[in-house]
Amino acid sequence: MRKNRGWVFFAVSLVIFSVAFCFQPAEGSDKPFIFGLLLVGPYNDHGWSQAHYEAGLTVEKKVPGTKMIYIDKVNPADRPGVTIPQLADDLVEKGARLIIANSDDMKDGTREAARLHPEIHFLHISGDDVLTKKAPSNLANLMGKMEYGKMMAGFAAAMTTRTGKIGYLGPLINEETRRLAAACFLGARYAWEHVLNRDPKALDFKVTWIGFWFNIPGVTADPTQVCQNFFNTGYDVVISGIDTTEAVVVAKQKKQEGKAVWAIPYDYIGACEGASEACLGVPYFNWGPGYIDFVKGSMSGNWESKWVWLGPDWNNINNPETSTVGFLPGPALPEKAKAALEGFIKDLGSQKAVLFKGPLFYQDGSIFLKEGEVATDAQIWYMKQLLKGMTGASSAQ
Amino acid sequence: MAVFGFTTGILMLAGAPPMEAYGLLLKGSLGSGKKVGAVLTAWVPLTLCAVGLLYTFRIALWNIGVEGQMIMGAVFATAVLRWGVESRLPLFYLILAFPAAALGGGLWAMGAGLLKTKGGVHEIFAGLGLNFVAQGILLYLIFGPWKRPGVASMSGTAPFPPELWLSSVSGVRLSPEGVFLAAAALAVTVWMFRYSRLGLVFKAAGNNPTAVMLFGEKPGRYMILAMVLAGAFAGLAGGVQVAGVYHRLIPSISSNYGYLALLVVMLSNYRVALVPAVAFFFACLNVGGIQLPMVLKIDSSLAGVIQGAWVLAALAAVAWLRKEGRPEEAR
Repeated sequence: MRKNRGWVFFAVSLVIFSVAFCFQPAEGSDKPFIFGLLLVGPYNDHGWSQAHYEAGLTVEKKVPGTKMIYIDKVNPADRPGVTIPQLADDLVEKGARLIIANSDDMKDGTREAARLHPEIHFLHISGDDVLTKKAPSNLANLMGKMEYGKMMAGFAAAMTTRTGKIGYLGPLINEETRRLAAACFLGARYAWEHVLNRDPKALDFKVTWIGFWFNIPGVTADPTQVCQNFFNTGYDVVISGIDTTEAVVVAKQKKQEGKAVWAIPYDYIGACEGASEACLGVPYFNWGPGYIDFVKGSMSGNWESKWVWLGPDWNNINNPETSTVGFLPGPALPEKAKAALEGFIKDLGSQKAVLFKGPLFYQDGSIFLKEGEVATDAQIWYMKQLLKGMTGASSAQ
Repeated sequence: MAVFGFTTGILMLAGAPPMEAYGLLLKGSLGSGKKVGAVLTAWVPLTLCAVGLLYTFRIALWNIGVEGQMIMGAVFATAVLRWGVESRLPLFYLILAFPAAALGGGLWAMGAGLLKTKGGVHEIFAGLGLNFVAQGILLYLIFGPWKRPGVASMSGTAPFPPELWLSSVSGVRLSPEGVFLAAAALAVTVWMFRYSRLGLVFKAAGNNPTAVMLFGEKPGRYMILAMVLAGAFAGLAGGVQVAGVYHRLIPSISSNYGYLALLVVMLSNYRVALVPAVAFFFACLNVGGIQLPMVLKIDSSLAGVIQGAWVLAALAAVAWLRKEGRPEEAR
């Protein structure tokens, strides 16, 4: 009997604690416009998620009367059993009027949540539900034209490599990642052919995919190992396509061991920090301008279910007020390469250099762009394979 | 009390006002119909796994393989649902998915059971090993044969069309079928343990296998049977995750509910009557835990710390109570 009594006591105390803490102080009276952020990674990942988090802070600063709430590490590995619609409920309950979901991985969940909350606005980053007409009217899409940033990354890599072997640390395979890897390759080939005047066949551009946007131990390939493999097999520049900073971290270690290697991180303007001796620069997103637009639209009632693909501001690609995509040269980028890169950026802006222009072939030899044909946004967005000249899988085998 | 003090201390260390944190946990799990729906959605697989584990614990087996059994249940259910895509009888495939899930979990558990009884491999190692194998199969399927067209991602297979989903209460997103399954599993188990001969033999074999052998029964056979039952329940949990929660197969389809269920059963002191309550408490922590980072900006894994502290304290309490009561309750 005694044992029973112990358990009853335990159960009763549980209930008492529960009830005792049920009461909560009421919220303040002035009502800010609350927008919620669902971040796939940690808010301080020095990569994709941090770029979004800081854009949220920018909105709070630039648009008076706004307040951000966020949930980070929104992925099934970090938060088992939690779904996007459930988190959207949580944010709505906390007063969010606009919810920004920052991952490709949240596409289905965001659409489902948007259908369940027709009065709340949803912005899905990197998605195309508006293009595919799957989006309800309260759902919009935003993406940056990172192709340009990636072309600059590829350019910087080709100008720096001594072995002529460039590694691309890819996340998972889909339209977005194919497009970005291909842009990197085109930038590299441009530098190789038109600046260094070398045979494009002698340029080795290899893509290795890890399976997700960041390392999930036991699930994805380990990006640290993939980078080490690259560096140990003669690839002296690794360009990162994943959300986190493994590539520069490994490059820094190798550099300290005396190897002449470099890396180019991705996503976040501060990604070179702490690894400056190995960092050639970083193509980054500046989500502030895009966010501000959608937040203002949502606040003023001028919401539109639109698909927006914002490019760099060619007057100054690093202008935080106007440019959604930028490239910050890193300390390790050689002077000569830096000067060439500046010229390249100018040529991209003036359309003297158009890289998505035929003849371009897919990996299997089929035609992507005919001679002289310039790719439309849709053609770039929906690339079906990697390009001829690149090594690596175009989709899973 | 000590647990409460300990968790409060941890919260204060993390820089969170403890009372507010507890309040948030509670409000975040039971504060609205939707929240309760989310809690029950976590409660269903947790309870199914825990109920299954009662059988194996009763016969004194540590079925660590419950995680892998849940995964195989999810895999089998997905296989059936994949056949059901674009069929004219989606309901048939949806219903068939559940026996398939139970079969998948049961077969996987039988593997561990056979390794134990025929191969002499301790069930903990057999179970752990099979967990890894199941995870491997799951990842292979998601990244390989069952990938989305043109995509190779660990984020999961393409979602099933809604006609292959379990129904859900509108606005709450809870599938009543899942709750019914869990409740039925509880009822069956109560009946088995109270009134059936099988329940008695399980207990007898768990307490003293030699004695059972003397009565002409084969404990090994019952061990396998208990494993299969546990696996079947875990498999059902996997099926619910696929058809009712994620509507597709994802790498973390088990959501660690299998391991969590082990704690549920221990915290329930291996009693079927307490299992639903403890599972509910754990589900509340799981759902309410998200409030901690959202409002207080502290890591939600603290909810896990609270959970762990409760389990340890309960185990300590049980041990203590047993020691106290040893003279009349010697086992």
